[in-house]
Amino acid sequence: MSEAAKTPAPAGRSATKKELPDHFKGYKHVWVFIEQERGQVHPVSWELLGAGRQLADKLKVDLAAVVIGPEGEATRQAAAEAFCYGADLTYVVADNLLADYRNESYTKALTDVVNTYKPEILLLGATTLGRDLAGSVATTLLTGLTADCTALDVDADGSLAATRPTFGGSLMCTIYTLNYRPQMATVRPRVMQMPERVQRDTGRIVTHPLGLVEDDIVTKVLSFLPDRESANSNLAFSDVVVAGGLGLGSPENFQLVRQLASVLGAEYGCSRPLVQKGWVTSDRQIGQTGKTIRPKLYIAAGISGAIQHRVGVEGADLIVAINTDKNAPIFEFAHVGIITDAIRLLPALTEAFRARLSPHSRDRIAS
Amino acid sequence: MHIVVCIKQVPDSAQIRVHPVTNTIMRQGVPTIINPYDLFALEAALELRDKFGGEVTVLTMGPPSAEDSLRKALTFGADRAVLLTDRFFAGADTLATSYALATAIRKIGETYGAPDIILTGKQTIDGDTAQVGPGIAKRLGLLQLTYVARISTLDLAGRTIEAERRSEGGVQMLRTKLPCLISMLEATNEIRRGAMVDALRAARATIVKWSAQDAGVEDISKCGLRGSPTIVKKVFAPPPRAEKAVMIDCGSRPPAEALIEDIFRRQPKLEAELVALARGF
Amino acid sequence: MIEEKFDAIVVGAGMAGNAATLTLAQRGLKVLQLERGEYSGSKNVQGAILYADMLEKLIPDFREDAPLERHLVEQRFWMMDDRAHVGLHYRSEDFNEERPNRYTIIRAQFDKWFSSKVREAGAVVLCETTVTELARDAYGRVIGVRTDRHDGEVHADVVVLAEGVNGLLGTKAELRARPKPDNVALAVKEMHFLPRETIEARFNLKGDEGTVIEAAGTISRGMTGMGFIYANKECVSLGIGCLVADFQRTGETPYGLLERFKRHPSVAPLIEGSEVKEYSAHLIPEGGYNAIPQLYGEGWVVVGDAAQLNNAIHREGSNLAMTSGRIAAEAIFQVKSRKDPMTKENLSLYKKMLDDSFVIKDLKKYKDMPQLMHIQSQNFFLTYPQLVSKAMQNFVRVDGTPKTEKEKTTLRSFVKARSWTGLFGDAYRFARAWR
Repeated sequence: MSEAAKTPAPAGRSATKKELPDHFKGYKHVWVFIEQERGQVHPVSWELLGAGRQLADKLKVDLAAVVIGPEGEATRQAAAEAFCYGADLTYVVADNLLADYRNESYTKALTDVVNTYKPEILLLGATTLGRDLAGSVATTLLTGLTADCTALDVDADGSLAATRPTFGGSLMCTIYTLNYRPQMATVRPRVMQMPERVQRDTGRIVTHPLGLVEDDIVTKVLSFLPDRESANSNLAFSDVVVAGGLGLGSPENFQLVRQLASVLGAEYGCSRPLVQKGWVTSDRQIGQTGKTIRPKLYIAAGISGAIQHRVGVEGADLIVAINTDKNAPIFEFAHVGIITDAIRLLPALTEAFRARLSPHSRDRIAS
Repeated sequence: MHIVVCIKQVPDSAQIRVHPVTNTIMRQGVPTIINPYDLFALEAALELRDKFGGEVTVLTMGPPSAEDSLRKALTFGADRAVLLTDRFFAGADTLATSYALATAIRKIGETYGAPDIILTGKQTIDGDTAQVGPGIAKRLGLLQLTYVARISTLDLAGRTIEAERRSEGGVQMLRTKLPCLISMLEATNEIRRGAMVDALRAARATIVKWSAQDAGVEDISKCGLRGSPTIVKKVFAPPPRAEKAVMIDCGSRPPAEALIEDIFRRQPKLEAELVALARGF
Repeated sequence: MIEEKFDAIVVGAGMAGNAATLTLAQRGLKVLQLERGEYSGSKNVQGAILYADMLEKLIPDFREDAPLERHLVEQRFWMMDDRAHVGLHYRSEDFNEERPNRYTIIRAQFDKWFSSKVREAGAVVLCETTVTELARDAYGRVIGVRTDRHDGEVHADVVVLAEGVNGLLGTKAELRARPKPDNVALAVKEMHFLPRETIEARFNLKGDEGTVIEAAGTISRGMTGMGFIYANKECVSLGIGCLVADFQRTGETPYGLLERFKRHPSVAPLIEGSEVKEYSAHLIPEGGYNAIPQLYGEGWVVVGDAAQLNNAIHREGSNLAMTSGRIAAEAIFQVKSRKDPMTKENLSLYKKMLDDSFVIKDLKKYKDMPQLMHIQSQNFFLTYPQLVSKAMQNFVRVDGTPKTEKEKTTLRSFVKARSWTGLFGDAYRFARAWR
């Protein structure tokens, strides 16, 4: 949706009424794309199976997983796991050309399976891979795609109701793809609840060929540099982030943020004013025009919490805010707050964490 | 070399308010800005042009007022600006938008020379979907690289480009062929301040304006509301967060310990993970 | 430095800057206007009242497409104490004329429109460009400006300084002194959104009629200051300001004053249930005639708030700004037409033309008022409002006390507060300053 906040179309226009063309009437079942890269399945795929199960139950249809990847154990494992998270069947496109994610090959694989087996709903995780893939697939299939949904449901007439925030979260919209199939949606990691894993045997698997040779694929992967080895910051993907803002008072005090991050093995970041003042490099900026982070733990020291910062951190599981101003907006969306001077608390926290986590370890230098 | 940068004029979301009764966006008085993510794409384009020569054309689909954003883009140093504006485009979702923009890019190619690279921002702050870039690429048959952190090599003669793409858990180094579409990651560069000559040129420039017909749209039903498979049926203000921040009392026990207790109480698994991390596993 | 040269450079795109640039462009001069804000009007704050007469001289048919809020049919003067106000209202059907005399406007929207007219007239307008200093030649004559853009020095025959009350350019170049704290007021303002019907009901208006309330009294806590309430189409602007020197002296804050003003029993019902959309603050020149700096020099002139051209008594600033901008442009045009250089002597024409206009004539008339208001601020803003309020209540309340006795009580209260000498002195001083 590019104009997500347009007013709802007036009743009576065909676009708002469900008038599904005949050739789409045979589309059935709820599918979830299982994202795997380098042998690991992204947890969002399981979360989506949980959400997909609820939709499938309401529609009284099957839930299917779609696994796309290289031949071998990892793909087999992924397919087997899907049943443990609720899939009724799994489609598999296994080909060594799919070892690394490339838009062309994955788009062909997914669109081929969709065109062959015709799902009514297709869900993908809103990861870098998922968003790259979803946009191409939706355009190839000329169907509707709703991104970054926070809630999924089905209406009485069986239509997928996808709700998402817009304008930095100021407004929520519920969006439908009434007359096109499949109805596509992406969901961010950690938005849907992870379902219970129940050990089950591998169920029905349907394989499908890729139908490409390497020469057909133009984009080549030259190399891959994993985050752990890279010298650059892994801020956007770190599980724990410590950040500082203007409340720290001076560039020297930013060291306190880095020290706490170091003890936690966390990444460090900052709010925009610190970058503008030249205290911290711009790759550390968190917020609307900086990095969006979704860590398990986010500690904000001396950050007021203006909306441009808020949209960058709202997805964090646990937001801890340290600020001397009790009216700071950050306390409206933080989970835990403490009104004190960060300059005093940070060193105390650093020591307390150090004592608690491993009294005998040496610090890891966060890159 | 010819680079086309797609930008969007959006309301400054920091100032957006929702009318408490009608649940509509109150746009009155909310200033519009260039979608901040697009500036990273524009800067990347300008850097390539400075290095390899050529032109940067900025394109946007929007109401007549979107001219302001295009003029701003010219101030930064872009060479040419095209505004795709027509009432038929109103209400477009991402599929309809990518159709219109792809058509316009084809027309730009016919008029000003085929583009070698299309650059877009990662997503817009009002739509957040990140779908239009991939949509344009698909329609124009271009290869696409999204989440690009850096364009490392460009070989115009050999028609190849190498870029670093952000992926889960690391960075992919990819090589693909021109022409291609690249969507830039945020915070990868900083938009320059236009020089005085650029600012003067921008102030005087004529923005090229195309209607759907001018742009060569063949099937108007693919544009705007009619061409949009998705439809917004409900719009509402988000429920206020149930609980505000729980405040840790600094009184009785040392606040640092109290805070840590609270954190681990809420996230029991986290302690084990952090311990493991601290041990360097 | 860029190669291109202009006939004139105007620094600032507020009322004075836009008026000057428009006039210069209309006269066919090649003019560059530089504004540091993101767009014309982004840095401007005003109540705001638009004076049609002055704008008509620039854009005769502005009513066709200018964004106007309400045309004023009523003016109210309130003298306030803590719980009451004594008001003088004037409302006339005459103001519902074909070409109304005053309107309320919203500056952000109005300035954008005004700026579009300036561009249409052929001026080159650059925003987000800050002039950092004046460029001078070896003799110290102003030959252009330096800006914060790369290679950003631009030359012109003359520079028009329309940089606003706190304009650092002129003070940095030592063309004038920084405004003194007792010559400048700090005013804060809020825009309160209410449905049209509510505004019309509360202010007794129909259609696009508008009203304006100017208030003074204990709301400024003994400091020299004034408050205002203006009715726009779908919002009410209200604000209050006092001399900066007074804020410094008393430690009061503008927002503190505003909160009390909003809670005043005469004000609160007018904005009940509103949604506050915007806060802003601005400095206003209050020094009057005696604070006007040197208006012209070798290669430069200064207009608008930067030249302290504000009639604080009548709250007229934007019309003086527009007029001074227009007149400066006319003077420049005349010098240019004669093919004369922009020397200090030649540019003195601007001051001559300004002296002949209502701008200087009005400021001269009230030149002693700012001083009087400041020195006697306790009297005018605390004592008298309280006395007058009590007197009016005494007059209006019917409680069986014989009227003669009531009058005696009132007179006694005035004499007690100010003594006969004080009362006569105040009246005399006020009358003299008014003249």
